[in-house]
Amino acid sequence: MSDQTYVTKDPRGSITKLETPSRLEFLFTAGTSLSKNLAGYQRGQFIGQRCPVCSKVYVPSRGSCPVDGVALTESVDLPNTGIMTTFCVVNVPFAGQSIKIPYIAGQILLDGANLSFMGLIQECELEDIRMGMRVEAVWVDEADLVPSLASVRYFRPTGEPDADYETYREYL
Amino acid sequence: MSKIPQTRQGHRPVAIVGFSQSKSLRADRASNEVEMLLPIVHDVFEKAHLTKNEIGFICSGSTDYLIGGPFSFVTALDAIGVWPPKTESHVEMDAAWALYEAFVRLQEGDLDTALVYGFGKSSLGNLSEILNLQLDPYTMAPLHPDQVSLAALQARAVIDQGFGTEEEFARIAARSRKSALENPFAQVRRDDSVEVLLQEPYLVSPLRRHCLPPISDGASAIILAAGDKALELAEHPAWITGIDHRIETHAFGARNLAVSTSTAKAASIAGVSEGHVDVAELHTPFAPQEIIVKNALGLNDSVSINASGGPLAANPLMAGGLIRFGEAAQAILDGRATRAVAHATSGPLLQQNLVAVLEGA
Repeated sequence: MSDQTYVTKDPRGSITKLETPSRLEFLFTAGTSLSKNLAGYQRGQFIGQRCPVCSKVYVPSRGSCPVDGVALTESVDLPNTGIMTTFCVVNVPFAGQSIKIPYIAGQILLDGANLSFMGLIQECELEDIRMGMRVEAVWVDEADLVPSLASVRYFRPTGEPDADYETYREYL
Repeated sequence: MSKIPQTRQGHRPVAIVGFSQSKSLRADRASNEVEMLLPIVHDVFEKAHLTKNEIGFICSGSTDYLIGGPFSFVTALDAIGVWPPKTESHVEMDAAWALYEAFVRLQEGDLDTALVYGFGKSSLGNLSEILNLQLDPYTMAPLHPDQVSLAALQARAVIDQGFGTEEEFARIAARSRKSALENPFAQVRRDDSVEVLLQEPYLVSPLRRHCLPPISDGASAIILAAGDKALELAEHPAWITGIDHRIETHAFGARNLAVSTSTAKAASIAGVSEGHVDVAELHTPFAPQEIIVKNALGLNDSVSINASGGPLAANPLMAGGLIRFGEAAQAILDGRATRAVAHATSGPLLQQNLVAVLEGA
């Protein structure tokens, strides 16, 4: 690229601004624990890990219980269903947005898990959305499964009665 | 009989009572940072006869520029399990500076113990590009000098000013690699002759490959304890009787690269020359830097330097300086030494230096 791209000069030709672009690329090490979770997405299965001390199930897990500081060794298969504990209706456009606004981002607490994660909510009218809704995962076609949360197209309401607030208040 | 030696810094004596490190690997692809830290945190608690709930203060050293993600030091706390909440801090520097912060924090007197740890996966990105970002952003970083070329400029200054030769660089490398044969945590462990090393081609003149540290993934952890608590936790606590750190200008052209004024000043304040030094652990990732730091500390040839192999044998960024403190302290904890010097460096070309004197009773 020419100097013109990075150098700004004033009318007398003196340099007033110099841009110095830099780019870094990194490998990501998922680690033993998260690798199990990611491998689960590859076959359409949520996988969490249970703490041997407090019995809480983390999905995803980084390999340790953040409360007890011990390694998580027991993997737990989790169902496709859970509670949407809270949500946000996204109306604001931003760079790199891939979903048509407005849409709903919800915190998903899978049944049997003790950690919620963010998921896209679809097949739900904006005026119907509410905390405590029962939801289920809709996976991509088997041929399109990948080792990431991208294997889950979205979550949608199951139509079951809402969860009692007391059952998920700890996870907000 | 006094069980605690006289200290120069701080009104409250503080000692290292436990040390643990991971095996340095060229590329640890099995563990993430939390999984890398978990075993050594458990190990250091065991060695210091403490549990995580008994620890008073936590301080870590790491940098997000190695992992390429934000707040990696927060994620790393998952390896400790900080519940109930603890007083905690972090430095974006080698964890030896986290130890310094913990030393200062313990002076306040309300807490008796501290956990210090550092971790770094140097293998995840391009180190030449990453380390370039620590340079002066206006006049230096845009030129993209890589860290080996910069170290070669420093090595050339050492030769030109008569402080060392290429053969001496090779001797330092050969000694480090041979010492590392006794250290299961080190990475470059071999018995090479100086003659063979000198046959290597230049990587960047006057540096050959053996003058460079390996690229390492690894972690280290230390437990500090104050006063009577240290006597309770360790038979031979490694008392920090002097500690100081100093920084020099970021402008390379304004420094004589062949001497380390900051190390000399820190050493003087820490009291390095106030007694015989049994062992020294120097954080000198490039072989010529050992000559510079040894001169600045005023160490004579009777001092055992980097018996662990030092950074030429294992160099996990952000954990390597703390490892120097750990190795020096371990010699006292094991009763192998009574007075040790630990040195850590941060920034390009020995810009900032931390020196401590560790003593047994």
